[in-house]
Amino acid sequence: MNVATQAPVIELDNLVVKLGDRMILKKLTGSFSGRAVGLLGPNGAGKSTLINTLLGFHKPFAGTARIFGHDVRTHARQVRSLIGYMPENDSFIADMPGIRFVRMMAELSGLPPAEALERAHEAFFFTGLGEVRYRNIGTYSLGMKQMAKLAQAIAHGPRLLFLDEPTNGLDPPARLRMLQLIKEIRDRGDLHIIISSHLLRDVEECCDEVLILKDGNIAASCNLEAERRANRNFLEIETRGADESFVAHIEQLGCRAAWGGNGRIKLVMPEGLEVRRIYQLASDRSVQIRRLNRKRDSLEDIFLKAMEESANGSV
Amino acid sequence: MAVYKKTYRSYEGRMTPEWARFFVLTRYAWEDLQRRRFFTLFFLGTLIWPLICALGIYVRHNLSALELMGIRAASMVQIDSSFFLTFLGVQCMFAFFLNSFIGPGLVSPDLSNNALPLYLSRPFSRTEYVLGRMSMLLILLSLMTWIPGEFLFGLQSYLEGWDWFKANAGLAWGLFAGSGVWIVFLALLSLSVSAWVKWKPVAGGLLFGLFFVAAGFGQAINAVLRTKWGNLINISNLVGSIWVSLFNKPLESGSGAVFFRIARGEEIPVWMCWVSLALICLFCLYLLGRKIRGVEVSR
Repeated sequence: MNVATQAPVIELDNLVVKLGDRMILKKLTGSFSGRAVGLLGPNGAGKSTLINTLLGFHKPFAGTARIFGHDVRTHARQVRSLIGYMPENDSFIADMPGIRFVRMMAELSGLPPAEALERAHEAFFFTGLGEVRYRNIGTYSLGMKQMAKLAQAIAHGPRLLFLDEPTNGLDPPARLRMLQLIKEIRDRGDLHIIISSHLLRDVEECCDEVLILKDGNIAASCNLEAERRANRNFLEIETRGADESFVAHIEQLGCRAAWGGNGRIKLVMPEGLEVRRIYQLASDRSVQIRRLNRKRDSLEDIFLKAMEESANGSV
Repeated sequence: MAVYKKTYRSYEGRMTPEWARFFVLTRYAWEDLQRRRFFTLFFLGTLIWPLICALGIYVRHNLSALELMGIRAASMVQIDSSFFLTFLGVQCMFAFFLNSFIGPGLVSPDLSNNALPLYLSRPFSRTEYVLGRMSMLLILLSLMTWIPGEFLFGLQSYLEGWDWFKANAGLAWGLFAGSGVWIVFLALLSLSVSAWVKWKPVAGGLLFGLFFVAAGFGQAINAVLRTKWGNLINISNLVGSIWVSLFNKPLESGSGAVFFRIARGEEIPVWMCWVSLALICLFCLYLLGRKIRGVEVSR
């Protein structure tokens, strides 16, 4: 079954969450349907509160949050039957063998014992812990514990997977392995993933949509795929010998161009036009192209821009 | 067992009924207990007293056996409400000890390992979690108290006849309800202690403390203030009074069950005992509600 990419996975409608007297999430509104949605924000932005609210641990003070169309407040049980959760902190039963722990978690999700055991074995092999699955989790290394947490989150075959800081405390090879697994799960197309992380690079690598929170508001939300596509058409060139007439000739090729002075030109290429044509034009007009850069507006740029701009609370 | 390819796949097979899922916790806790030799030995040990009682009932109805042992039937223990109260008192004391051994380890490991978010992020509620943990104690303590008690009652009824059964049917209810009160109370108390005290030996000690220190404190109040209301915090006294009423014995008889005796002249109204126990149970539920959460909120 392939995921219908257009149907919203998570819908927030003026969601307000208060913890005590503090308002943590302030009228969040938005709809997310990406296969992998990255949740970014500085400490205290409300990422964990949003995840906990979606999991049903916090009750919304006002507004609604829906997962696959089910209200998380009124249909908490239905919602939870669709999700898998990998928490940020250590969460396991130390004096229990890994396989037994994951099997128990799968049974609690509703799988019959025999199926739960089979799925637990599969999840351990998938995460690369096959050889240590009979060892007590308390004896696992940090990386193994992260993998065991992932195993328990996927063993019951959820439709939506919450990964809270999945690469926390992992060494570079383990981090790469974790990201590879996440991408593998994502590319299967069976489920959606929500990744909360401080590491922009992890989110950039795994996610096709990103939600940036700041002070309980949505600071930015963008489709990374669309962003990447747009960036591919944006060029910055540094020339010698060019003037505004050269810009006019570029525009005749169908580009939108802006003269930046000192021979710098910014231009947006139309679909189908190759960069070779720009070089050709420059050669014909005896203009030297000293440098040509594709715009690389990375997630880091988007994140920093979002942090600078005032957050308005909605997408 | 086939291990699938090392790849992720979704699950679309059959699911267990939602109402039965809390038994998963009970089953796993039971499997854990079976690995502990002390538990097995102690549990088997608690069945000795019911066996002795059963033997007593059998011998009392077997004249040839009595003659063989040179005992007169009249000198044997009467099988009446006092007999069953004594049986209940002994078994419930064993239940208390076993509960102090098992109870503290039921919730505290989940809290100290931060495992609750994993349980509660599934289609599994806080109530089901408590029920799952509690069922373990309810089943185990039932096997030690009212189930052998009803067996003894059945044996006595079988040997004594229909008339005895009709005249003493209230004892069967007393055994069941009396054990039930004690078991539910113990289970709630130990779960709430386990939820708040993460270190198992301390939690076990605290259970003893609550039981014996509260009794001592109640006695001290009685002595200093020359009153009987200190008994309201004496758990054994509260339970003993309720048992006496459930067995349809007059409270003034002052007997009650062994370990749960009520001092003559210090009886407090039974309804007050019920209210007092209910308040303690509600407080335990409140404590559990505060701790059994997906996330702890620091306000």
